[in-house]
Order: sequence, then C-alpha cells, then structure tokens
Amino acid sequence: MTLVNLIPAHPEPPPLALPHPLALGRAGLSGFPSPAQDYEGRTLDLNERLVKRPSATFFMSVTGDSMERLGIHEGDLLLVDRSLEPRPGHILVALIDGEITVKRYELRGKVPCLCSGNPRYAPIPLVDIECQVWGVVRSVIHEYPV
Amino acid sequence: MSMIGLVDCNSFYVSCERVFQPRLCGVPVGVMSNNDGCVIALSNELKALGIKMGTPAFTLQPLVRSGQIHLLSSNYELYGDMSQRVQAVLEEFSPTVEPYSIDEMFVRFDGFAHAPLLEHARQLHHKVRRFTGIPVCVGVAPTRTLAKLANRAAKKIPAYQGVCILHAGSAETRNLLQKTELGDVWGVGRRLVERLALMGIKSAWDLAQANPKEIRRRFSVTLERTAQELRGVPCIEMIDLDEARQRIMTSRSFGKLTDDLDEIREATRQYGQRSAEKLRRQNGLAKAVLVFLKTNPHRQDLSQYSPSLVLELPRPTADSREILHAAGLALERIYRKGYLYQKGGVMLLDLIGADRQQLSLLDTPQSDAERQRSQKLMDVMDTLNRRMGRDTVKLGMPTPGAAWHLRCAHRSDRSTTRWDELPKVRAL
Repeated sequence: MTLVNLIPAHPEPPPLALPHPLALGRAGLSGFPSPAQDYEGRTLDLNERLVKRPSATFFMSVTGDSMERLGIHEGDLLLVDRSLEPRPGHILVALIDGEITVKRYELRGKVPCLCSGNPRYAPIPLVDIECQVWGVVRSVIHEYPV
Repeated sequence: MSMIGLVDCNSFYVSCERVFQPRLCGVPVGVMSNNDGCVIALSNELKALGIKMGTPAFTLQPLVRSGQIHLLSSNYELYGDMSQRVQAVLEEFSPTVEPYSIDEMFVRFDGFAHAPLLEHARQLHHKVRRFTGIPVCVGVAPTRTLAKLANRAAKKIPAYQGVCILHAGSAETRNLLQKTELGDVWGVGRRLVERLALMGIKSAWDLAQANPKEIRRRFSVTLERTAQELRGVPCIEMIDLDEARQRIMTSRSFGKLTDDLDEIREATRQYGQRSAEKLRRQNGLAKAVLVFLKTNPHRQDLSQYSPSLVLELPRPTADSREILHAAGLALERIYRKGYLYQKGGVMLLDLIGADRQQLSLLDTPQSDAERQRSQKLMDVMDTLNRRMGRDTVKLGMPTPGAAWHLRCAHRSDRSTTRWDELPKVRAL
C-alpha cells in the first residue's frame, strides 16, 4: 500500500485561503477593540495588482516553447491588455497569418520585428507581412507543479 | 446642449467570435439559435450571400460542409461578457450609460460644443474597438429617435466612418430625414407606414413636419412622440423603451448593503418573477436571461465587484420556472463572498413574440400538451397574484440539476469566463 492511500486519523484542517484577513475581531477578552479593526476586510487582491484595465484585459494560455528564453513556458497564463500602445521591448500577442501568436516586439537596426526567444525561429520583419497587434502582454503567471 | 448617443455593435455575436477566432474575419459567419435551430446573427459576408435572419440551419448544411460558410452555436456567456466590457469602456466616456439591448447602449453627452463632441465620439468609437475588439457605430443626436437614425447612417454611409452626429435643424439632418423612409424610423411599424402614406406622409421628414396634434388625434401619443423626437424635441425616456420588446429589466437596490447569498437569491427570484410577469403580459418569449449584481460605486473604501452573466434558456420561454432556474444558476456563478452588494437585477433578452413560436419548433421539441400546461399554470399564477396581491403565489426552489441540456455542438470556447476554455496563444 502506498502512502497516498492512507487515510489520516485526524484530517488536517482546511487551509486558510491566502491572503489572510488582517483582523478577525476583538483582541482577547479584555474588551479593548483591536487596533487592527479599522483595517478589517482589506485583503490583497491580485486582480487589483495585475489587471489595470479590466474591460481590456484578457487571459490566454500558452502553447509551444519558442518563448522559453524570455520566461514564457508552455501552459503559462498570459494577461493581455488591449489598451496599451505597443512599444519595442513589449511582449505582444499578434495575429500572424490569422493565428494568435506571442512574440517580442524589437527594433533590429531600424526595422521593427517580431522575434521569438528561440534562435530557431527567424525574426519576422513587420514590413512585409500581414500582421495585426492583438494586445500587449502585461504579465505572465507560471504555476509550478506542487 | 444635451445630446444622446447610440452605440451599436456591428454584427455583435459574430464580432465576439472573431475576436478570439481571427480566421473567421472576412468570411461568411453565422450564429445559430438555441439548439442550433436557425441563424440568428449574420456577418455582412453571409448577408451578401442572400442568407436571411431566421433561416433554418439545416438548409445551410451543404454550404457548411463545402467550407463556404461557418455556422456557430450561440455562446451567450461570451457575448454577455463582451457586452459588459463594451459598456465599461463607454462608462469611461460618460457618467450615464444605459444598455438598451445586449449590443446597443445609449450614452449621454452633455455640455459639448460641436467640434469637441465629434472628436469625443470618434475617440469612443476607436477605443471600444481597440480595447474590446468589437467594432461599433456611433450615432449622436438631441433625441433617441434621431440618435437611432444617426447610428443607421453611420453604419450605412461609408463617408461617416462609423460616427454620425446630427444637430437639430441642420441641413445635414434635414437631408437625411428626407432620404429616410418611414419604415426605417424607430417605432414606426409596417401598418402605420401604410396609413401614413394615405395622408401623404412618406419620409421621416414628412412625419417631422406633420402637425403633432393631428398625429396624436389620428394615431397615438406614441407616434406623436416619435414625430417630436424627429424634430429634435426629446420625449422618449429609457423607461418607455423597455416596452419596445427588446428587453425586460427588473432591477432594484437591496435597500441595504448585503453579502448574504440567501437574501440576494431571494431578491433575484423576485426580480426574475417580476420580469417573467411583464414578459407574459406583453405576450413574449425570452431566449436568454441576464443577472447582474453591483456593489456601491460611491463607497470607494469598499472592494468593488459588479459582475453580470447571460445564460441562454433551453428554448424561448415565458415560464417563470425556467426563467428563475436560469437566473438562479447565473447568480450562483457570479456571486462572490466578501463584497457588499447594493443592487441586483434580472434582464430578459432576445425577446420574440409568442406568435413566433414556430421558430422554436426547430429548436427543442416541446409537446403542445406541455406548452399548454405551462401556459395554464402561469395564467393561474398571474391571475391569483393580480387579484389577491403580489407574491400570493410564488415559486419554490427548482430541483438542482434538472434537465438543462442544450445542443450546442458548434459552440466556441467561453474564452473570457472559463479557466479551462481560455484562448490559446502560440509560441512558435
């Protein structure tokens, strides 16, 4: 029998969702209000941090490995903001030949290009292809297997 | 100067699909009704093939198989979310945005001079497209009826580039009114067109010039209002529009800020019930239900969360049980603990007249006996509630997991509302 099949005699209490609320009530029995009481209900919200403009923000999931060197792995979650003006250095979601593709926007010399993080894929100069910017990637969420 | 804009999303359902499936751009695409019965939304390319709204989907199968056209099941969850995004962008431009249907919104523009107003409307036109991916047309005018006409012009006349502003009494407005047939004026039905033609009233301009008292005497207050609006005198308010059969909305504040799901559920059921009553009174059927919640936007010290969700009904219906069931499911999905909600509402969407039920025969087979039973039950309920006071008869909770199966073989991913259906982006 493997460990996984063992049923613990005392089931662990369910883990508290992070982030914890800063205060859960009054301090002890003394009758003094907790000084943290004013901050009750205030939690850290990842949406607030990562999603600057909800109406223009879309989530996408990555397939393929060409962007690994730039820190974007297969299965990662991209937060794409359509409200941003693309600038060189930005990671972009672009439509290339009708496919939704993630690339890095770079200037090679004076030629704007879409580049991948893998030398196997040549940079695509923006002058001679049908390409449309879909949005700018604001962040990448990489979840580890735990 | 008080002006009102109508923002109308171009081929909305198809446009939503195209945002996440760029290969559908520029090709003929249609979206089908519940259970893939008939075509309810068409791209311009599909219209150009001579295909009409309401065409039974099975008659188009040869074209689908040969790859000439694409037909998709309706994906109301996606459309509802995209509609909310469009509304959110509009709210950056105006404090007053009133959704009129899932793809049309009225926006108030007050206190602009001519030139800045045009610039403002162009910006809005551009930003909605960029932020959400949905192309829109914008019509701005002193009244809703004129705004609707302006919107139509923005859509049909390429020179406007999607934005048309009509000022009361301008040569441009006059010109457009003279060219507009009465049948294309908002709220003027076919029968009215015939009767008005007998009086020599043929164009929108003729109606605007007609004697309002005369119109009122021979027709109705409603038509008099339309005539006034065409002259630039506002007299149709949002509340009148709900009657126009496009949607039915019941929305109220909870009376206090609450995060209690039971309380909110009870309120939602009441709103749903009320909406269903209104629907039956106008002898209509709804195809989809929208539920929304709102926190108090004036309490910036509290976390804000104002979700909404559209669920499609298994078939067009006016049965409170089906409507409340859908509303309940939608509420469960959008409700999150930890927020204090101020307000909620239930909107019935995509209404059709009960006399157009034959369309839905293609959708889901529902036996005549079943339909009659449902109608009888609802009649009794409405009568009792009318005679003995509201809420004399209420519906209990429906059994969870009751038959709620839809055929939606060609539904695209719910790209913005489900974690496991996110759009894929290629890193190649």
